[in-house]
Formats: sequence, structure tokens, C-alpha cells
Amino acid sequence: MKRIALILLPYSWLVALFLVPFLIVIKISLSDIALAIPPYTPNLDLSAGWQGFKDFISQLDFDNFVFLTTDDLYWKAYLSSLRIAVVSTLITLLVAYPIAYGMARAPEEWRPTLMMLVILPFWSSFLIRVYSWKAILANEGLLNQLLIAIGVIDEPLLILNTPTAVYIGIVYTYLPFMVLPLYSTLEKLDASLLEAAEDLGCTRFQAFWLVTFPLSRNGIIAGCFLVFIPVMGEFVIPALLGGSQTLMIGKVLWEEFFSNRDWPVASAVAVILLALLVIPIVLFQRNEEKQREAEG
Amino acid sequence: MRRISWFNATSLTLGFAFLYMPMVILVVYSFNESKLVTVWAGFSTKWYGELFRNEAFLDAAWVTIRVAVVSSTLATILGTAAAYVLVRGGRFFGKTLFSGMIYAPLVMPDVILGLSLLLLFIAVGLDRGMLTIILAHTTFSMCYVAVVVSSRLVSFDRSLEEAALDLGCTPFDAFRSVTLPIIAPAVISGWLLGFTLSLDDLVIASFTSGPSSTTLPIKIFSAVRLGVSPEINALSSILIGLVTIGVISFSITTKRAAVRRRLEENAT
Repeated sequence: MKRIALILLPYSWLVALFLVPFLIVIKISLSDIALAIPPYTPNLDLSAGWQGFKDFISQLDFDNFVFLTTDDLYWKAYLSSLRIAVVSTLITLLVAYPIAYGMARAPEEWRPTLMMLVILPFWSSFLIRVYSWKAILANEGLLNQLLIAIGVIDEPLLILNTPTAVYIGIVYTYLPFMVLPLYSTLEKLDASLLEAAEDLGCTRFQAFWLVTFPLSRNGIIAGCFLVFIPVMGEFVIPALLGGSQTLMIGKVLWEEFFSNRDWPVASAVAVILLALLVIPIVLFQRNEEKQREAEG
Repeated sequence: MRRISWFNATSLTLGFAFLYMPMVILVVYSFNESKLVTVWAGFSTKWYGELFRNEAFLDAAWVTIRVAVVSSTLATILGTAAAYVLVRGGRFFGKTLFSGMIYAPLVMPDVILGLSLLLLFIAVGLDRGMLTIILAHTTFSMCYVAVVVSSRLVSFDRSLEEAALDLGCTPFDAFRSVTLPIIAPAVISGWLLGFTLSLDDLVIASFTSGPSSTTLPIKIFSAVRLGVSPEINALSSILIGLVTIGVISFSITTKRAAVRRRLEENAT
């Protein structure tokens, strides 16, 4: 009896506040925009019984999805989000790997401190960390001041409000998400395997490439998913650093909802974004469960 | 002791410089006299004074703290129950769906979560305000709590619980006197995680808040959208300082507890 209550409590909470809202999003994405509150029709009228349900179903259509294919803004936004997410995930991996590797090879008594240093930015506000780059990347900002002072450039570089600033912002804010899973696989790695490889005539680089890198695969996969999936729907970074020329789907959804007040189209944008993310999310979940079983 | 190689030392130094430099600059410039954030005009604490006279920020901070405390507490209860069910609950109908609903919000883009929750609140006719933000934050925080607590549950020895049951404890007593003390560090970090996530959230709060319940991130976002403001630098510095103190003191207390436990184990 108690067991059932224990299961039902979190289960019903998630069904009511996670699953049901998605069904509503799907329903509204199939509805039409209307000048009413809420600004869409039709509404499901439960008091009309089965007939009301049939009327409701017959009024749903795919107009919003057709609309998304006709306006090339949406296509471009999905493609540009995909490109930004893929490229920034790879850059984050390249930046994070040496850090995680250095942490795993550091003397044992340093490791908890290094670990805390990586986690600390993760606990401080995401919004503030993105904002902190605004003063650095601006035209009269500190980076340009520095570069002009040391004579690398004469004219300030235009970085803020370009895609470059968005890449910097993503790599910066998502770095801990990549470092931590990489570190946890690299730390478990048996050092004698590397010694064996070197004894057998590998150079250090070959030993890294043939032994360390393949063995850290789990960490690479987990880290890449943890960066790629949320970046696809990122809103704060393009809104603060990207200016008007960086197109990302999270920002389009936001504007469709808050500025244009077109709820059905915003819902359709969300449904397609979710459809694009279902495969990586399921793969991520499999990977997590496999690891949990391996540990347990 | 193995010495750290030249390559590793360089990558660690550069990596941590990259992670910390922007925040250090932000804090330094919060003490800048000038209104222009990029020009240094001398030391001053005037922006902190301005900040504490700004009623709108103080109100928003108070809303944010109340939302964070309530939602992370609810999330800890629900998330711990979810973790227990996931790890110890055996098989039950819809378990795959359940674990899917635990993991999905961890990676789901905030815009989708926010939009879907808002549409739910409107569909059931719930007025937007503090309550709706609390419901939204509890939902995603409980998933983080569930993941943190379940990783602790997986790693601890189940025979301890079984021994308690054999010695005549009811399942609830066994949970309270054996399981809970062991998973307590994970439960506490789960609460802290939920608390910071709630403090930090902009997107979901923007969708689910009403006009009377603006949270601090919403206020900060609307202030910095157009440019850089020294007042926000001061506010950010305070928040960074609080988080730093919190994380360091938490890690020191857990380390002390671990050392004490090891000493006790050695003594017996």
C-alpha cells in the first residue's frame, strides 16, 4: 500500500506537469490562431461528450506545420541552430579534453580542489556568466582594448552581436558539462595500460590516440549530449551575445510567443524542435542507464 | 609523488584562466566609479549603494528566494521518493516511462519546458504568479534531485537495509534510520542543486510568472538586454560571492564528515 503511494506521488506529479503539458503543446500546434483568450481555437468541450470530441478532432489540422515550411525563416533557424550546436559541441570537446586530462593526471591531493574549481562556475548564475562576456567582447570592450594596446590590431574587432560571440558564450558556459564526464572516465583509466603501450614501442601521442582516447569514449558521448541537446534550444546566449543576425530556434520560439503572440505557431516550432531532439535524448538516456547499471 | 607534466600544467592554467577571467573582470568592474563599464575611473562602492536603494531589485530578490526555498524543498521530497522507487522499487507498470520522465527534463531545452507549462496553467485556469513558478521549478528540480540521490542509492550496500528489516524494523523505520542517514549528503546536495537552479532560471520563470511576481533573473535580463550596467555588475558580484562561500563551505563540511567517518571506521 505504502509502496503504491510512494510510486504514485512522483509519478503523478511528472505526468501532470511534464507529460500532459506536452500533449497540450501538440494539441495547440494543430489549432488555429484566434483573437480570443486563450488566442487559439478550438477548445476541447468535455461537456459535449463524444460528439464534442469528434468536433474537436475534426477542427485540428497541420496548417501551422505547413506554414513553417513555407516561411524560410524557420528552416534557416533550425539549420543554423543545428550548425551552431554541432560546431560548438566539437569546440567545447577540444577545449575540455586537455583540462579533464590534466585534472586526471594531476597529483591525487589536488584533484578535489580542481574538481571544485570546475563545479564552482556551474553553480553560479548562467545568466551572469553569459552577461560577463558582454563587457569583454564589446567594440570598446576589454578584449579590443588589450589587442589594440599590444598592437595586434588597429581597428576594434566586431565580435559582440555576431555568431562568434555566441560560440564563445556557449563554449564558456557549457565547459563544465563537458569536463566533468570526461574527467570521471579519464580518472578511472588504468595508468599501466599506457605504460604497456609505451613499452611496446608507442610514442606518447600514439599511446594517447590508441589507448586513452578510445577508453574515454563514454565520457565523450555523455559530455557531447549534455552540451548538444540544450544548446539546440538555447535562448539566453543568442539573445544576449548574438544580436539580430544570429538565428537560433529557441529565440524564434520566444519571439513567436512573446512578441507575435502566435501561440499555435510557437507550439508547432516547439514540436519540431522536440522531434529533432528525441533521438539524441533517447540515446543519452540509454547511455546513462547503461552506465548506471555498469556501476551498480 | 608524480610530477605534473609541462603540457598538463599549461592546459590546466589556461583552462582555469578561461573559466575564471570573465567573472574576475565582472567583480573588479563592479567597483568602478564610472558609469561606462569598460573604462576604469577609480575605486568606488557607489553601485552597491544604488543597488540596495533599488526597491524593484529587492522585491524581485525576495520573490526569487521564497520560490527557490519552497520549490527545492518540494523537489527534494518528490525527487528522493522518485529515486527510491527507481532504484529499490522493483518492476512496476510504466517504469520505462517514469525513468524517461526523470531524465528528459535534464536535457530538454528550457523554452519547451516553459512553453508547455504555461499552456498547461492556462488550460486549467491557474493564474500566473508565485505558485505557478514554484510548480514549474519543483518539476525540473525534482528530476535533478532524483538523479543525484539515485546515484548514491545505487552505490550503497543493500544488505544494511535488509539487516534492519530482519531485525524487525518496518520498511519505513528502516528507511528513516538506515537509508536516510546514508543518502543524506546526496539529499542535501540535491536540495542545494534545486535551490541554485531555481535562483538561476530565467526562461521557465519568464513563461510561468505573472506581472506581480518578477524574479531576479527576469529583472537582470531586462536590464542587461540592451547593454552593460554597473548596478548589475554589483548585483552579480554579490551573487558570485554567495555561491563561492556556499560551495566552499559545503565542500569543507562534507570533507570533514568523510574524514571523521574514516577515523571512526579505523577505530572500530
